[in-house]
Amino acid sequence: MAYGDKVIDHYENPRNVGSFGTQKEIKADKNVGVGLVGAPECGDVMQLQIKVNEQGTIEDAKFKCFGCGSAIASSSLATEWLKGKTLDEGLTIKNTQIVEELSLPPVKIHCSVLAEDAIRAAISDYKSKNGIESEAAHAH
Amino acid sequence: MQLPVYMDHAATTPCDPRVVEAMLPYFTQTFGNPGSRNHSFGWEAEAGVDAARQQVADLIGADRKEIIFTSGATESNNLAIKGAASMYAKGPAGTEKRGHIITAMHEHKAVLDPCKRLQKEGFDVTYLAPGKDGLITAKMIEEAMREDTILVTIMWANNELGTINEIPEIGKLCHDRGVVFHTDATQWVGKMPTDVTRDNVDLLSMSGHKIYGPKGVGALYVRRRKPRIRLTAIQEGGGQERGFRSGTLNVPGIVGLGKACELCAAEMDDERERLLALRKKIESAITSQLDTVQVNGHADKRLPNMTNISFGFVEGESMMMAIKEIAVSSGSACTSASLEPSYVLKALGIGDDLAHSSLRISMGRYTTEDQIDYAIEKIVAAVKKLRDLSPLYDMHNEGIDITKIEWQAH
Repeated sequence: MAYGDKVIDHYENPRNVGSFGTQKEIKADKNVGVGLVGAPECGDVMQLQIKVNEQGTIEDAKFKCFGCGSAIASSSLATEWLKGKTLDEGLTIKNTQIVEELSLPPVKIHCSVLAEDAIRAAISDYKSKNGIESEAAHAH
Repeated sequence: MQLPVYMDHAATTPCDPRVVEAMLPYFTQTFGNPGSRNHSFGWEAEAGVDAARQQVADLIGADRKEIIFTSGATESNNLAIKGAASMYAKGPAGTEKRGHIITAMHEHKAVLDPCKRLQKEGFDVTYLAPGKDGLITAKMIEEAMREDTILVTIMWANNELGTINEIPEIGKLCHDRGVVFHTDATQWVGKMPTDVTRDNVDLLSMSGHKIYGPKGVGALYVRRRKPRIRLTAIQEGGGQERGFRSGTLNVPGIVGLGKACELCAAEMDDERERLLALRKKIESAITSQLDTVQVNGHADKRLPNMTNISFGFVEGESMMMAIKEIAVSSGSACTSASLEPSYVLKALGIGDDLAHSSLRISMGRYTTEDQIDYAIEKIVAAVKKLRDLSPLYDMHNEGIDITKIEWQAH
């Protein structure tokens, strides 16, 4: 597959790879929201984690991804965009923006959809851990 | 070392320069049509074709009259399967219950699709599931045989795994029952000693470009004695190739195929050992340096030149990106919109997750030990890099069974 330079760059130098702890630890940590989306048999799984401070700002984000080059690039880009945003601002990130930024080919649009799902799932996880009302967890 | 390194010889091979040299005069000087009986241009071309026919026959233990030249193994398979089914059918076209055919789920598409076509035309087809080791045994064939079985078609060696089926035993069984036996030997011929007479083969397909010959030429062996096999022709016209395959012969291609066969016969024994040592080296290096990897198919009953390895918790396409300096084939077709793991690996009962991340590495005549060392280094580094990125590998290391998680398939 011929990818654009931005996908290759994120693939070769992924940003913010990692986790704020073991699966057990991040589940218990109220400051962390975790989004785990996709399925191994479909060939892509994204895990996106956000660390939210007392002001409700995403101060850090990390990801891990099992998937193709554009899935890795989409989740890497999502962590970059989430940092410094409020939860509500985070929810404004749309898959179409990811497609545009990375120049994803049509067959790889599902990777950007998955990244948007991961963002929403992570924010929703944080909200439910902290008793914050979440308007329709999955808006699509 | 020149990059990228070619390790996809099961897909195709480069032409041996000696093959090209043998072919060249047949483009410009000896350009005659072997069908031209009344001048020297035709006679000389025919002499070239005759010599090639003998070279092909010698490689597989056949008589030269038993060799039909085709455009490649796909055509040979079509002619053998459709031609035999039509000739030995139990009922005329347009009727049902025309006969039973046995094949396997992990055959090449050039066998499966002709079989599917025959199903629509009134034949009944059994697609056998291979064992977990990828093999089709004579016992499996015996159990599938019926009163109305007319044709068995089982490949000699599998193109994705290199696994070797019990061809001589299956052939014996077919001969005992009076059933026609075809084998797609595209990956086998030229690499392993072949004797169609001893091994009870009735019809054998082979290709030029898998054995350092040119593309666009192949052959079908059609047994003439004990039993004499007849076929209904698919392509009709001038009646070339004893009526089995009409069309002016591809003389340069045929000469090239002949030369390629002669070279394979001469160099086979040394080459087999050399390639087997390289295969063992790559397999043992990868399985010792990485956890959660598996070499697919039977441990020993495999071709010396190829290996198929699955890497747990790594996705196939990102793997290919990480080893772009090595030309190999991926077990999964991730570049299409619908992700479809290899049907061959699935037939062995390998899960979708592992089937998504499998590499077929196939070596050849010009593969060096340095290239193998380079491939090992690159593959190990790529898997480690991608596992650092993989949430599944983390979960695995934390003792979480990823098959127990409720994934949201999308």
